[in-house]
Amino acid sequence: MSAPKTLFDKIWEAHVVDEDDDGTCVIFIDRHLVHEVTSPQAFDGLRDNGRKVRRPDLTLAVADHNVPTSDRSQGIEDDESRIQVETLDANCAEFGLQLFGMGDIRQGICHVIGPEQGFTLPGTTLVCGDSHTATHGAFGSLAFGIGTSEVEHVLATQTMIQKKGKNMRVTVDGELPPGCTAKDMILAIIGKIGTAGGTGCVIEFAGEAVRNLSMEGRMTMCNMTIEGGARAGLIAPDEKTFQYLMGKPMAPKAGAWEQAVAYWKTLVSDEGAHYDIEVTLDAADIVPQVTWGTSPEDTVPITASVPDPATESDPNRRAKMERSLEYMDLKAGTPMQEIKIDRMFIGSCTNSRIEDLRAAAEVAKGRKVADTVDAMVVPGSGLVKEQAEAEGLDKIFIEAGFDWREPGCSMCLAMNADKLVPGERCASTSNRNFEGRQGPGGRTHLVSPAMAAAAAIAGHLIDVRDLADLANSD
Amino acid sequence: MDKFTTLTAVAAPMPMVNVDTDMIIPARFLKTIKRTGLGKSLFYTLRFDADGNERPDFVLNKPAYRKAEVLIAGNNFGCGSSREHAPWALQDFGIRCVIAPDFADIFYNNSFKNGILLIKLPEEQVAKLNEAAERGANATITVDLEAQEITSPDGEVIKFEVDAFKKHCLLNGLDDIGLTMQKDDKITAHEEKLKATQPWL
Repeated sequence: MSAPKTLFDKIWEAHVVDEDDDGTCVIFIDRHLVHEVTSPQAFDGLRDNGRKVRRPDLTLAVADHNVPTSDRSQGIEDDESRIQVETLDANCAEFGLQLFGMGDIRQGICHVIGPEQGFTLPGTTLVCGDSHTATHGAFGSLAFGIGTSEVEHVLATQTMIQKKGKNMRVTVDGELPPGCTAKDMILAIIGKIGTAGGTGCVIEFAGEAVRNLSMEGRMTMCNMTIEGGARAGLIAPDEKTFQYLMGKPMAPKAGAWEQAVAYWKTLVSDEGAHYDIEVTLDAADIVPQVTWGTSPEDTVPITASVPDPATESDPNRRAKMERSLEYMDLKAGTPMQEIKIDRMFIGSCTNSRIEDLRAAAEVAKGRKVADTVDAMVVPGSGLVKEQAEAEGLDKIFIEAGFDWREPGCSMCLAMNADKLVPGERCASTSNRNFEGRQGPGGRTHLVSPAMAAAAAIAGHLIDVRDLADLANSD
Repeated sequence: MDKFTTLTAVAAPMPMVNVDTDMIIPARFLKTIKRTGLGKSLFYTLRFDADGNERPDFVLNKPAYRKAEVLIAGNNFGCGSSREHAPWALQDFGIRCVIAPDFADIFYNNSFKNGILLIKLPEEQVAKLNEAAERGANATITVDLEAQEITSPDGEVIKFEVDAFKKHCLLNGLDDIGLTMQKDDKITAHEEKLKATQPWL
């Protein structure tokens, strides 16, 4: 009998095309998502060398990073953004790739539309020129974020070159307390392991609290695996996964469906499989999280205060903390809930799916955004937007004073017109609080959708569990 | 891709931990459809103030380090996004080698594919090189990829590890797409196997 294998081992082994003596592997790629920012130079490389796209049928393209989230009927005003989107259109036409253009209802953030279309499937390898590709691990898909040279490599050969990573497992036992979400769980994990804690590893998320998550919650968790430095995140597929995928446009159809599910059911880690690193958390200990600094590892419970660099013994880390506090204009010891915000952003490949919008709408319902706050809600795709509108969520948001917008990456990375101005402070459901991430000089506090909505209403960061104290406008 | 064999150059000390790709090149500079000309945006916010004037305190703005080709960096350099614009910006600026205790995975791969050598060394050794680099323009170091050796400004020789395949590609300036295309038979065989075992793909 062969040695017990992890889920990562199984998927990896099923995709090795070739292996060198030193362990360098050529890995077959089943699915490739392409967007406008990291692909133009890859297509140029193909043209320069007279190469074709080997498997256009395994490739799906969408414009998301640059697209406006306001009225699109006039196209894109910014010249550079427009050229990048037009270049994607032209490249897809030239190389015969399927593209969801800006006017397509299926357009949206690549990591939202992949699962939504059933393009993302368990047991597959999936890549995209975007670090948040880890998202697709929620389906038991081994999903890597890659650079443009690798995008070109995958387009030309449908493979990538990589050495196998290490196995790491993060287990979250027990049940999440009320008011806590997948976002709080992953922020707590990153706070614990650090932003380089998963370097060189593929992290499998396991445990009761992970199994209890919806597919949307699992995507939120896997999405931020990269913020813990890992190459990919994985969650074993189960009935929830199959239910989510059944009937999706690109998922296997009847006949093939049963065969696929039978295979997908084998995609679990074997009893006794070896992990190089194991981390365990108790879900009961998790409280709503918020970041105070300029790295996703700078997380604290909302009930805590801004930490004091003086307590950090490592001089380089202390210097980084001091720099972060200066950038964020925060003083050590300030209770997080006293921090006032100017902006609120609900959106991004981390938290822009229907469940995220429902959670935020539940908080927003019957309440009003504070006069001092500008709040925007950006659905992850045209189909998420349509679903939300069918449920009346748009009306709840609009009545509460939130701006309801068109789908795209938006103010997660401020490549389109949505950005903070210097000094503005934002409660954001996105994934990175890096300096200038949401606009030069902008200050980001990462939170869950419910926490973001609550902050918008209160005008400052607030514990969503204390929401009853917030005045209803009814 | 440019070859990397040996390099003797000024090393700039930049010990900050978790230097992310947004710091290396902010997202607003990713709107180009070319891979050239990004050097002027390298470390933009660290290098320039809000009015576009150089910040004199930033290491690469100091006279001694303006022509640095090596960076002595902090742990987890290059964390964050997968943007290859980060190594493109480094290379365009003239940085050919970064030495740090560790690098983020995607940035690590991206750099090697652009002729930039990244060297991982234990924290104490990086700290010593950083100290030496603090001495300014006289502090040149030599990196020999073939021998896998760094000669510090003090003449100390430090051995380093590097992935054999990446080393081979870097030494010879090889395009790995061409190498993989030579394995076409194996890729086709895999595709045939998939058709039989997982026809839904």
